[in-house]
Parts: sequence; C-alpha cells; structure tokens
Amino acid sequence: MSVPYSKLPGWAEYGLIPLINLVVAFVVAGLVVLLVGESPLEAAILLVKGAFGSGEGIGFTLYYATNFIFSGLAVAVAFHCGLFNIGGEGQAYIGGLGVAIVALSFDSYLPWWVIFPLAIIGSALTGALWALIPAWLQAKRGSHIVITTIMFNFIAASLMVYLLVDVFKPAGQMAPETRVFAEGAQLPRLDWLLEMFGFTIRYAPFNISFLLALVAGVLVWLLIWRTKLGYEIRTMGHSPSAARYAGINQTRTIIITMMISGGLAGMMALNPIMGAQFRMQLDFVTGAGFVGIAVALMGRSHPVGIIPAAILFGMLYQGGAEIAFEMPNISRDMIVIIQGLVILFAGALEHLFRPTVINIFSRLSRSPGPDAATSAEGGR
Amino acid sequence: MADSAITLTGINKSFGAVRANRDIHLDVAKGTIHGIIGENGAGKSTLMSILYGFYQADSGEINIDGKPTTIHTPNDAIAAGIGMVHQHFMLVENFSVLENIILGAEGAALLAGGVAKARAELERLEREYGLEVDPDAIIEELPVGLQQRVEILKALFRGAEILILDEPTGVLTPAEADHLFRILQQLKEQGKTIILITHKLREIMAVTDDVSVMRQGQMVATRKTSETTVEELAELMVGRRVLLRVEKDPPNPGEFKLSVKGLTVRDSRGVVMVDDVSLDVRAGEIVGIAGVAGNGQSELIEAIAGISAAESGQIMLEGKPINLTDGADAAELRGRGLAHVPEDRHHMGLVLPFEENENAILGYQDDPKYLNGPFLNIDAIRADADARIKEFDIRPADSRLKTANFSGGNQQKIVLGREMGRDPSVLIVGQPTRGVDVGAIEFIHKRIIEMRDAGKAVLLVSVELDEIRSLSDRILVMFAGKIVGERDPEASEGELGLLMAGIDDQEAAA
Repeated sequence: MSVPYSKLPGWAEYGLIPLINLVVAFVVAGLVVLLVGESPLEAAILLVKGAFGSGEGIGFTLYYATNFIFSGLAVAVAFHCGLFNIGGEGQAYIGGLGVAIVALSFDSYLPWWVIFPLAIIGSALTGALWALIPAWLQAKRGSHIVITTIMFNFIAASLMVYLLVDVFKPAGQMAPETRVFAEGAQLPRLDWLLEMFGFTIRYAPFNISFLLALVAGVLVWLLIWRTKLGYEIRTMGHSPSAARYAGINQTRTIIITMMISGGLAGMMALNPIMGAQFRMQLDFVTGAGFVGIAVALMGRSHPVGIIPAAILFGMLYQGGAEIAFEMPNISRDMIVIIQGLVILFAGALEHLFRPTVINIFSRLSRSPGPDAATSAEGGR
Repeated sequence: MADSAITLTGINKSFGAVRANRDIHLDVAKGTIHGIIGENGAGKSTLMSILYGFYQADSGEINIDGKPTTIHTPNDAIAAGIGMVHQHFMLVENFSVLENIILGAEGAALLAGGVAKARAELERLEREYGLEVDPDAIIEELPVGLQQRVEILKALFRGAEILILDEPTGVLTPAEADHLFRILQQLKEQGKTIILITHKLREIMAVTDDVSVMRQGQMVATRKTSETTVEELAELMVGRRVLLRVEKDPPNPGEFKLSVKGLTVRDSRGVVMVDDVSLDVRAGEIVGIAGVAGNGQSELIEAIAGISAAESGQIMLEGKPINLTDGADAAELRGRGLAHVPEDRHHMGLVLPFEENENAILGYQDDPKYLNGPFLNIDAIRADADARIKEFDIRPADSRLKTANFSGGNQQKIVLGREMGRDPSVLIVGQPTRGVDVGAIEFIHKRIIEMRDAGKAVLLVSVELDEIRSLSDRILVMFAGKIVGERDPEASEGELGLLMAGIDDQEAAA
C-alpha cells in the first residue's frame, strides 16, 4: 500500500517549504538570542547588514559562498547516485595539496591564467583520488561510504599536518603553512564585478573562483540531466535493482561518481589558497565540507537550489561574524548554534512541515470533478 | 435478514485532487463472507484502510454492530473487533508463532505471565477453529500457508469478530487456497464476519455469500453471489464487456532461439535457487513456467537475462553462448535481441521518479540513436517515447509525466512498449499482469500472443495459473528450483496444482 502524496506546485515545493523551514529556524535562533539577553531583531539587522550592507560584506559573503557551492555540488552529485559523501571536508583538504604543489612549482615562472587551469586540474585530481579509495571499497567490498568517508576526513587531517609541518613548511618558520606564493599563483579579485553595482570590495578576498563555481554548477546540471552518465547515475541513485536490470556497470558508476564528487570538493581549495591567503595553511577548509551537506540538502541537490543555499550560508558566516563582533554576549559559538539550527530545520527536518502544507493545498485545490481514483492506490 | 456487522454510509476520501472513495455505502451482514472486488486503483484498499484506521475518511459514518464508531487508529479498529490479514504479512520473521501473536498485546512489562496466558488462549483458538500451528515454531521456517494462518490467529487472539483479508491467495498454491477457504467457511459457521478483498473472480464465486463491486472509487453494485455470474462481475468491474478467454491460433514453432542446459544458480547465502534446469524455447511458441512464488522462477529468468550470475550451466541465445559468470552484461544481451519484462516493475523495470520518456530507454541507454556523444539526445528520446505511447495506448499520453503517476496497468504498458517495441528475437516476460487491471490484462495478453505469432520465442513466468494455462503452448512446472514436469496447456488445474506443490511427476500423471 503506497502512501498517496499529492504533488505540490513547483513554487511551493522549491520556494515555500524552504522558506517556512528557514523562518522557523530563525525564530528558534531568535529565542536563543533572547535567552542570552540580546535583542533578536537587532541581531537580525546586524546579520543582514554585516552580510550585505557594504561592498566588503558582500565580498566576504560571496567568498564563503564560493566554498559552499563547491562542497554543496560535491555532495549533490554523489547524492544523485544514492551515495552520501560525508568526506567533502577531507577531499577539499587534500585538494589543497594539488593546488599547493602547482602553485609552489610554477608561481615564479608562469602568469596566473596558466597556473589557474593547472591548479584546477591539480585540485580536482587530488580530491578525486582521495574519494577513489572509499568509492572502491564501497563498490567492491560494500564498505559503507558514510563510514569510510568520515574516516578519510581524519586521515586527511593527520596527513596534512604531517605534510605541512615536515614537508611544506619553509625552514625557520614557526607556523605550519607553506611559503607565500608569488604573484603568478594569486587569483585576481572580482572587484570589477562589485563595482558594476556600485560597491567597493576593500579587503574582501572575493575572487574569480566564484565564477568557476558558477561554471561548475552549470556543468553539474549538464552532467546529471543531459548526459548518459548522468542518466546512469540517477538510475543507480533511485533504484540499484533497476540499474542492474538496465545493465549499468555499478562498480564503474559508483567509482566515477565519487571521483567527480571528490574532484568538486577538491576544487573548493582553490578559493582560500589561491584566492585569499596565497599559501596553504593548517585547517584551511574550516568546516566548509560539512556545510556542503546542508547546502545540498537545502538546495535539493540541484545547482539552481545549491547556489542560493550557498549564498545563504555565506551570509550566516559573514553576518554571524559581525554579530559576534558587535554583541559581546553573543560569542562565536552562538553563531555556530544559529547555523546549526538552520541546518537542522532546512536539512534534517526538511519534511517537518510538508504534510501540513500538502493538506492545506489539497483543501484549497479540491475540485469535485469526475476524476478517477487511478493514482491513489496505483502502486503497491 | 441478519443484523449488520458493518454499515458504511457516505464514505468520502480524497488524496489531493484524486477522489479515492466517493460516497461509499456498504452493508455487511453478520456471519457472512462478503467479497469486495475491483480493479487496481478502484479504491478497495483505501476503503479497508479507512475501516482499519490507517486513514480517516473526509466524511461519512461507520457503524459496527449497529453502533456508530469512530476509528482513528488501528487500535480503535481492534477494540471494535476488526482484524486485518494483510496481503504482505506483518510478522516478525525470526520470532516464534507465540511471540508474534502476543506482539502489541503483551499484557505487562514482564513477558512470562502474558506468554503463559497467550499459550492457553492460543490452544483454545486452535481447537475451536481447527487452525493448528506449533506455537513455538519460528515464522521464517513455516510455509506461506501456515504463516497466513498465524496472521488469522493473531486477529482472532485480539478478539476480532470481523476479519478483513486483503488479496489472501496471491502467495498460495491452489491447494493452500482451497484450505484457506475451508477455514473461512468454518470461521463463518462460528459466527465471524469476513470481508474478502480480491481481484480473482473465481474466488469470489467459490466462497462468498455477497459481493460488492468497486470501480473508480465508487461502489457500483452489490449482488448475492448465487445470483450473479463471472461475466456480469467482470463487466461491472471494468464498465464494459471483457473477453475473459484468450483467443489464439495453434502455435507454429520454428528453430530453437533459447536453450538452457544444466543451469544452477545460488543466491548470496549459497542456497541453490535454480537446480540443474534445462529448457528450450523455439521461435513462435510461448513456454510458460508455472509455480508458486519463490520456487526459483525469478532467479531463473534473472540468470537468463544477464542480471545475476549463475554458478554453472550453459545458455545459448540464437545458437551463441551467453557469458553466465559475469552478471553485468544485461545491456549486451539486449543488443543481441533478448528483451526482458521483469517480474517487479517497481523495483526493476522502472525508475518511478523518472519521467516516462526516461524510463522508455531504460536498458537501451547505450543505443546510439539516443545519444549525441556523451549527451542524451533528448529530442529523439521524447519522440520515440511519444510514438510508443500511441502504439501501446499508454494513458495519460504524456511522456513528460513522472512514471509514479501512471496506474499499474499503464506502467506495465510502458515496460512492454520498451521491450516489445524493438523487434527482439527472444522475449522473457515475468508476471505480465501483476497489479494490472482487467482491461489492461486483455490488452497485454493480446500483445504477448502477437509477439508469438510474429515468430518471437516467448518465455513466460507467472504465479497466476490461469494466465499460464491460457497463454502457454507448453507448460513447465517449477518446484524448489527444479523443473518437475512438462504439461500441455490442456492439463487440468488439479494436476498442475499437485506438481506445483512438489508431488512427483509420475504420481501426478497416475
């Protein structure tokens, strides 16, 4: 017996429900703010102002969003294949290795527009390789991808500590990071883009990897909905037995999908390393890989949803920093709580309000026509 | 006229824009067996779910034993004396019979007291109704017929006076089904009321006192079973005259298209599912494989279709061997002219969240016709899907619609269109009409026979013995992984039934 769920119109499915989730998340977050004795309204104003109130704020918001677009797309691609890639964090971290090696090798000889494509390849390749092992274990041995990718996050973290301290750190330097890159490995900022809208970017590290992220979004859309590989990935994701029936090579599909996912996560490293700090630091990913999970869930694994969701989380990061700065009672950890609430309501509790909304819609649209009861129990 | 056990008045239930039940009136007399028939999607399951508290009606009244009753949850239904035997058993497989029966009625936090009481009560029920089951047997070790008996006992243990059985014979052999009907008669004599939901007209005629027919969410007629005929009921169900018999010319078999020799298949636990099976299918004939579900038919056709690997044996497709050990060459076999309508269209034959046109190429996604380099040729795919929709009369005629929104019969037509439409030389068909309404069954049967007449070799697997008998030119019976006999389609149902139950070939013939 199937549970007959009537479909919602597109705008409600993709607009109204996420909006309701978001509003509830902010209401609960507001209560938390109230609890520590600050005004929620003021906090909200600070949040929005901090994120969008100045050219620099917008620059920072979009800089963070760039990270989240990459990690969100990475999660989404794997998700279409029914794989829950929790390893974006580690894949991005290892992706940094590809960026750093390219940058450190060529930064004094080549211009940025030659190094950038090389670094894209380097980051995608290293990220993909880091995803390859869990993918292989899943495809061949049935080791659950969630467990293995989480484990690989820890391995990546330890490996990078070793490499940064013992291999990449220049002699005589205290901080575990590479040397600062020469100009050839520094990506141009998108100051002109914001100036078109009358803003000045000031110190925000908003750079061309944002455009790369948008291109990646288009490519992911093409891959998933317009290629044969995407068709096979979606078939696998919806129904592994149908994929078997259709003669789709499951091992191959799992491995390729995870490598694409890992490659996208790896490309995230371009943004902070070549676009902001011009060196590879310890822990440069700072949780962006995990935020990608929430972004993909909220964006319904579709690039058109992922990009606004990434910007929303960019706003929370940037505006949240502003709140922490302006309101002494609200520490950085409070901001994490607020972000957690958004993830909780937009991601984990995504379906909390759906039945109610469906009920309201069906009550509004009930037409006493002579339509048959065909789809009510059609599937069992 | 006896008192009413159940009276439903003006029941309405909608899911969104779909009106699953419209103004339903139903009166079930106490101590009778009342059949409810209707096509898939006619609203039978919805109505019973309302009665058992899974759903709530939008409007209408339920009277149990003449008293107005509100049923919000299955617990309310149980309290009102209603018990339900589901089509898919709701049993914990690794629990004993007794443990399953007290499930949900354990009595106290500590089990011991409840178990002792339940054992005594169970013994009384078994004596009273002749429903013998070993209370300490583990469910998964019991045959299906006995598992169903446990379901019935479970309902009686909860004090059910009214029993609802949802498609109870789908998993039973003809003999087991007969046994079930005897049990139902006995329960009726003890004063229980029974509602039997089915789409098999023969069962209705055999066992019920009254029968109600549902069509498109409405109750279209109620008849005394003794005063109606199969033809009338079929017409009421579909809303037009139906041809119940399949008409076909004698077969004209040609050369061997598919030969299987000594095929053995083990499942993932190492249990032999197909045991040294050999069979041949020739061009222009339909070979039917009869058997109770779970006797290796599924594994057999999956191995032939290249979906799962076999352990040993040989399969020749048009005289050329098939690679048996590597399971992933289903796509290659399609290229060689082997089409396969899988038994389970929901999990195998279709990807339900896909658009119809995407499912129309499932398995044929490598066909260069549908590709532009690595990209899908969306225009070609949709044009092809639209042509199939027309050819196979798939409704609604919208190739952009999500497949889940098609009815069972139309979903099956999508699969058939895909597999028949490419001029295959061998067609494997599993359960072609499972969950398909009567009108579509006629269409599907006709198509299968057309394939045969066009010189295709057809291998048919079905648990519906009637279907096997009316379509096949030769019948093979499978039991416990082996082919235990071959019969003409004229063989009697009793003879085939014995074979299906594993009674030896010679004995059955004798």
